[in-house]
Amino acid sequence: MEEMKDVIKDYVIKEYVEDDTEITYDTPLISGGIVDSFSMVSLKRFLENKYKISIPDDKATPEAFDSVNKIIALVKEYVKY
Amino acid sequence: MSNIGSYDERVKNFDWAISEKELEYKPGNVINIGWYCSDRICQMGKADKPGLIWEGSTGQEKIYTYNDIRLNSNTIGHFLRGLGIQPEDRVCLFMDKIPELYIGFLGIVKIGAIAQPLFSAFGDESLFIRLENAQTKAIITQRKHVPKVRKILEKMPFLKHIIIVDYDPGKPLQDREVAFNMDTAEKIEKFEIYPTTAESPSVLHYTSGTTGQPKGVKHVHYSLISQYLTSKWVLDLRDDDIYWCTADPGWVTGTSYGIIGAFCTGVTQCVLDAGFSADNWYRFIEKHKITMWYSAPTAIRSLMKAGEEVIKKYNLSSLRHLASVGEPLNSEAVIWSERVFGKPFLDTYWQTETGSIMISNYPGMKIKPGSMGKPFPGITATVIDPEKYEPFKETGKIGLIAIKPGWPSMMRMYWNNESTYKKKFQNGWYLPGDRSSIDSEGYFWFVGRDDDVINTGGHLVSPFEVESALLEHPAVAESAVVAKPDFVNMEVVKAFVTLKPGYTASKDLDLDIMNFVRKKLSPLAMPQEIEFIDLLPKTRSGKIMRRILHAKEWGEEIGDTSTLEND
Repeated sequence: MEEMKDVIKDYVIKEYVEDDTEITYDTPLISGGIVDSFSMVSLKRFLENKYKISIPDDKATPEAFDSVNKIIALVKEYVKY
Repeated sequence: MSNIGSYDERVKNFDWAISEKELEYKPGNVINIGWYCSDRICQMGKADKPGLIWEGSTGQEKIYTYNDIRLNSNTIGHFLRGLGIQPEDRVCLFMDKIPELYIGFLGIVKIGAIAQPLFSAFGDESLFIRLENAQTKAIITQRKHVPKVRKILEKMPFLKHIIIVDYDPGKPLQDREVAFNMDTAEKIEKFEIYPTTAESPSVLHYTSGTTGQPKGVKHVHYSLISQYLTSKWVLDLRDDDIYWCTADPGWVTGTSYGIIGAFCTGVTQCVLDAGFSADNWYRFIEKHKITMWYSAPTAIRSLMKAGEEVIKKYNLSSLRHLASVGEPLNSEAVIWSERVFGKPFLDTYWQTETGSIMISNYPGMKIKPGSMGKPFPGITATVIDPEKYEPFKETGKIGLIAIKPGWPSMMRMYWNNESTYKKKFQNGWYLPGDRSSIDSEGYFWFVGRDDDVINTGGHLVSPFEVESALLEHPAVAESAVVAKPDFVNMEVVKAFVTLKPGYTASKDLDLDIMNFVRKKLSPLAMPQEIEFIDLLPKTRSGKIMRRILHAKEWGEEIGDTSTLEND
């Protein structure tokens, strides 16, 4: 899970942060305007590809994607170990 | 009683002089939007009234009275003059919804320069296309967006100044960069506002079409006459209103009604600079006791999707009047809003080129859920035969929406593109490019675009722009982009792609292409779905038949395939 946190955080920084804004595991990503609702689709796609899961559209809400920690919680529901 | 009173009476007795008189403007006099939106409001005794209440994503709040707005816009104007910005120079605003965007706009028009607001999520390529077309002299931006400007700077010798409003003194300024802090800059009390007149250019908006590059839509200071009166009669803005226009000023709604309409009517407006969240939006309404709320169908559908339990947590009883813009408001959304908020969102129809509301629903008028409403008083609108360009005599027939030219906020030109501008007028009518019908009671009913432009989340995206960006990806051989239906956004971008030899379709490649387009153009333009195919449907002459792909996405009849090459 520690590794997953960093993978997701690093991906968000690489893909959605243009400057040196600090991103923590609890930084509001959607409500903070870092990842908009259209870009959320690409973030969902990344998670599905990376962890070989399928996240139902009705679970992929702005609230569920609003921080790295919240994303982890969502991903954990679908990852099969 | 609403400001408009009886719609029918207003139509009968209409003259744009009504608006001129309320604004105390006489034809031929100086008219400057920046002055009307700040100085005049102060002279009316509202200097100490909050004009802008801003809230950021981490809850920080800033309040600007109309006197603050007057002084700060003077200060920005003075700063720009000091840099050598001349009347009619283009100054781009490339910022999130921060106070500097709203007040900076006024500062630019106060010196007679042309404000060019651009959506801050645009990628470097989208930004370059628009700055290059306008030959923009200066850009006002934030440090988070500066990297995009730096990336294209070499290609823009015409851009003389990059003005950073939140500069970090710990980092060196680079080529052509200069820092400006609105809150700490010495305020300019006495300021010589440039004497713009009715036809002086004020704003340059960019809008996408089906083919070609985005077009610069030139507006003039006289647009204020339309924007003021529609704010009073459609949005019903009153002196004691607390107004929230959710639109970003990078788009025309956020400028015409999020800056000009809000400030020239002297209301208090609230701005939330944060991503969408139903909880946060309702909290914001409750906290500031929002009375008039002007939003968009995409946001309304997102609120519907969030459910009604979240509404119960908040006191939204302050809401007096609701309106919507950007795309047709479906009847379900109208009925839902009446049920949960106690009043319906009123659909309003207009576009970048019209500068203000053209066809609308009005307070006090019967609402037909799903209908665009009726023409604004003073606007002659109808539906015309697409072959003869003449109005239908019968009601109920689907044709092109047509508007008699000459209203105050009508665009004056597409920037450096007179030939495309002239094509918007046929047989004495301005054609917005949409199709509708009119029923027996005079209500308009939207049918669709007359071209291939994609309307996603209320914003127009050009398939041509997206296809061009796709072709720049190393793996893509050919592409075709169409609209795909979507519950929340109405339409989203879908791309059909053929690959170059050596590349294989995969989920990773799919994501890579999506991100490529998103960063080049914008999140709106990013294909939400990519379908890899072996061959695109083409005519024998090699033209891609997008309509076949579109029909398949929408479950429609494909139509004539006799010219299809690879049937």
